[in-house]
Amino acid sequence: MTTASKKTYLFVWLALLAFLALTWGLANVNLGPFNNVVALCISIAKMTLVVLVFMHGRWEKALTWIFIAAGAIWFLIMVDLTLSDYLTRKDVTNARTTWKHPEQNPPTLMPGKGD
Amino acid sequence: MADAHLALQEQFEEMPQQKEAATLGMWAFLATEVLFFGGLFLSYIIYRTNYPHAFAEASHHTVVMFGTLNTAILLTSSFTMALAVHAARENNTKWLFRFLLVTIVLALAFLAVKGLEYREDLREHLWPGPQFRPDLPPQAQIFWILYWIMTGVHAVHVTVGVGLLSRMAWMASRRKFSDAYYTPIEISGLYWHFVDIIWIFLYPLLYLIQRYS
Repeated sequence: MTTASKKTYLFVWLALLAFLALTWGLANVNLGPFNNVVALCISIAKMTLVVLVFMHGRWEKALTWIFIAAGAIWFLIMVDLTLSDYLTRKDVTNARTTWKHPEQNPPTLMPGKGD
Repeated sequence: MADAHLALQEQFEEMPQQKEAATLGMWAFLATEVLFFGGLFLSYIIYRTNYPHAFAEASHHTVVMFGTLNTAILLTSSFTMALAVHAARENNTKWLFRFLLVTIVLALAFLAVKGLEYREDLREHLWPGPQFRPDLPPQAQIFWILYWIMTGVHAVHVTVGVGLLSRMAWMASRRKFSDAYYTPIEISGLYWHFVDIIWIFLYPLLYLIQRYS
């Protein structure tokens, strides 16, 4: 199995430190809702560099990649299914408490008008 | 001198097969580790979505200088670990030993910085409970519970890494490895890089929430 040269490792290390400086610098700038997005994107970029080069992922076979991807994919499934519950709880509760029989509250095509 | 014949376990046909099995096994273990930390990251996501302001306020009390320094230390230790594996591959036992030693020293430096930081946190009454700072919203305690558990469990992983790498260094000094057999170095490296990756995510999540305000 061929892998990276010392020069590549050095380059990746410098890139990781540059990303660290970038993520710290950008955290001190107000980007509104994008602060989290930018910080996570930088973390994912750093992780990708580490996995591909330091952990030799770039030179691994498809079978190994199934295992590499498995952890991430199962984590995302867990987050996705859990948030689909937590993020919609308020809506469900509201819907249950404010629900009225259609006869008492007939549905309108243009809400806010005519009722 | 390590002999490929002696290193090959009887259940394997040849060295590449043995190495592939060991690497795959390590990645399988790391996938379980992702889910182990995943539960904590998930709790973090849920509570931060519910209490964004309390989390931001709580995060402002983390010592960002220590966190940033520790990130740099861990990233550098990953670099020296990669160089150690590279030295093993090139049959350079002397540099393999040296790079392992540097990696261990950096890991200990990380733990030392973490210890100083914990002392600072405790002095600031950031341990959740009745003594918790009254000037922070009560939900800030949730952030600090997650901070102590996540960094604590991560520090345990770093400590395990120190033990693992010390054993590797000891084996390297006894010339157990060569370019024909260095799989333990390679998969110890995988573990060490994984510990680094966890910190790569902990750093912005714990230290960098709304730093601008």
